[in-house]
Amino acid sequence: MSCCVPTIDPNDPDRRAAAREELRLASREIESGLWQTDLSVPGIHCGACIHTIEKAIGALPGVTRARVNLSTKRTTIQWRAEAPPPFIETLNAIGYEAHLHDDLAGTKDNTLSELIRALAVAGFAASNIMLLSVSIWSGADAATRDLFHWISAAIALPTLIYSGGVFYRSAWQSLRHGRTNMDVPISIGVALAFGLSIYETIHQGPHAYFDAAVSLLFFLLIGRTLDHMMRERARVAVKGLARLAARGALVRQPDGSQVYMPVQEIEPGMTLLLTAGERVPVDARVLSGASEMDRSLVSGESLPQPVTSGDQLEAGTLNLTGPLTVMATAAAKDSFLAEMMRMMEAAESGRSAYRRIADRAAQLYAPVVHLTALLTFIGWMIATGDFHRAITIAIAVLIITCPCALGLAVPMVQVVAARRLFEHGIMLKDGGALERLADIDTVMFDKTGTLTLGESELVNHDSNARDLAIARAIASQSRHPYSRALAATGDIAAAQITLDAITEHPGLGLEARVGDTTYRLGRADWTLDAANPLKQIPDTASVVLSKDGRYLAAFAFEDRLRPDAAQAVAALTSAGFPVEILSGDRRAAVQAVAAPLGVAWRAGISPSGKTAQIAAALARGQKPLMIGDGLNDAPALTAAHASMAPATAADVGRNAADLVFLRDSLMAVPEAIAVARRAAQLIRENLMLAIGYNVIAVPIAVLGYVTPLIAAIAMSLSSLLVVANALRLGRTNRLQKQKSNGVIGEAPTTRLAGGMA
Amino acid sequence: MTGFFFLVPIAIALGLVGLLTFIWTLKDGQYDDLAGAAERILHDDGDRPLR
Repeated sequence: MSCCVPTIDPNDPDRRAAAREELRLASREIESGLWQTDLSVPGIHCGACIHTIEKAIGALPGVTRARVNLSTKRTTIQWRAEAPPPFIETLNAIGYEAHLHDDLAGTKDNTLSELIRALAVAGFAASNIMLLSVSIWSGADAATRDLFHWISAAIALPTLIYSGGVFYRSAWQSLRHGRTNMDVPISIGVALAFGLSIYETIHQGPHAYFDAAVSLLFFLLIGRTLDHMMRERARVAVKGLARLAARGALVRQPDGSQVYMPVQEIEPGMTLLLTAGERVPVDARVLSGASEMDRSLVSGESLPQPVTSGDQLEAGTLNLTGPLTVMATAAAKDSFLAEMMRMMEAAESGRSAYRRIADRAAQLYAPVVHLTALLTFIGWMIATGDFHRAITIAIAVLIITCPCALGLAVPMVQVVAARRLFEHGIMLKDGGALERLADIDTVMFDKTGTLTLGESELVNHDSNARDLAIARAIASQSRHPYSRALAATGDIAAAQITLDAITEHPGLGLEARVGDTTYRLGRADWTLDAANPLKQIPDTASVVLSKDGRYLAAFAFEDRLRPDAAQAVAALTSAGFPVEILSGDRRAAVQAVAAPLGVAWRAGISPSGKTAQIAAALARGQKPLMIGDGLNDAPALTAAHASMAPATAADVGRNAADLVFLRDSLMAVPEAIAVARRAAQLIRENLMLAIGYNVIAVPIAVLGYVTPLIAAIAMSLSSLLVVANALRLGRTNRLQKQKSNGVIGEAPTTRLAGGMA
Repeated sequence: MTGFFFLVPIAIALGLVGLLTFIWTLKDGQYDDLAGAAERILHDDGDRPLR
């Protein structure tokens, strides 16, 4: 353990038992007595790590299997024991940081396996039937043709039932709710094509469409699988690491004993013990103790707030410096965290459900196609009176217009776009988000943690090298944000000072002794004797170092802006987006950030206030993009037309946002917009290509010239065309990247302007 | 021509074997950690995936 805050006693048996109990709560029993624990170990990066970790964990008593997953940077451990073996301590000891992993993210993705199985079956069937069809098209004699038709039918039937199920279920769902989606014409087309082909085969007809029906499924399943994989990768990356909600807390029973309880079982009135570094599990009131709370994720306030007995704490805030005894005032389901969840649900249901381009296209497409086929049938019936011929041609129309290109056109572009975004460290939740991001017209930022990094930085001090070294040596002993910022400045060699007896005074500061001298680092009124008042009044964000009560130096801190924040805002403004800051922080703090950026701002806004701002913008007909990270932003993120969150955000925020950017740079925002606009353009092009294809193919089909051979060629060609067009998204940008290598500072702006033109 | 028809069921059967093998590997979790699999070739012990 690298941390050594005096207030935590790592050998406290109750505390250790509590950690064990938390591990147990995070594990699941896979068979009687056999438990499985998923740990997230971000430090895994090589083959040697696999070996070291599996060896170390495997050697623990009670562990039956340990398995490292290098791709997901997770370790899965199966164990059989009364209490969980000390996994996290063991990993820490060999140099790996480990976190409990969310149960949800650990479960296997069944939908993806199902899609891949369906795809494999369809691929097998399509290739075999196609081989048989080629020999039929090459002019096999009637007997051979019929035999091959029967074999094709035998392969196609199970395939259509198994692989087609994906589409039938979705089509049925949609029809039951009185809507049509892309899957309705697909299902009807495939089923009719198969029925007609069976009829033809029984009556020894020359034309069967088994190949068309199965290869259609194959192409569409590729699109469907790609779409799903893209969303899944983002989901897994976004979930996990920092859990905001505590899993449980140490409860002091009326008889004085201490029990670790899961958060759901904590009831109002219970007394909880909270150490430094723990999150508040439920809304509570402080009974005794003093500390400082990091409320940045909850309210957006960048400065830690001192708390003492009688103060109210929201669930999800982080206890920074001292141990607290608190009394729960609400159960988990009534706490601040749960309240946020409810607000998000309300925002979600309030937002008119966005319909994806593909679905909107299908809404027009399906009736047109079905009407055309029907009219073709009626036309041929009137013209020839030949029922069999009329129905054959009508079904040929259905097959040739089956939205193969459409089904591939949109997911293909979105997958390529998602890959492009991923290269820039941006994760995309789903394709619909990309479409929404393309038509936003206003940008709203949260401040703390979004425009800023949410970390304090030493910006100013008046100390000499020796005082600074002392201050840093003292600060390195605390986890207070200012102490961390102070400890992180300068080079390590300067910290050659030996301190005796450091104590942390929650809410006040740190006290250290060197021989007979007492150094204090903390609030001005505490560090200085009444006899030695400060020369000037420090601002709120400053810390004073004193020697035996006499002033030595003052340190000023500021929340650091993200790199490129100004550049990103400038890029957005010059692209014509009004930019606004919505913050829950104090006026002065918000103004300090907003003024240099030159953007509009609102301070002190409550979570519901943010949602109201978004709703007002939506009501004015604007399409706001919300970028935020905190728990307090989550409802606004859900309400906005599109939303982004940094990877450092609260997990609720990350789950609410459409896109998550992993790097520190805020240039991710204009870049994502540029890629989204480019993708939207390509999707439109692809839809035009698909329509153009139909304009040519439909008359041929209506006139009755389509044979299975022509159908197969036309469908494959149109699919290849849209895929090739989608891949242009990757290529154009690679060219631009090469170009931009020379002019580093300027390139992103040019790229943005190009993308938005 | 008809003499070669016995090849058709053989070809389809071989395809089926391939398909079933793929589904088995999928179910067996062999695609769960592609990056790890490349490294594990250097280790002697346990290369069975956990499920």
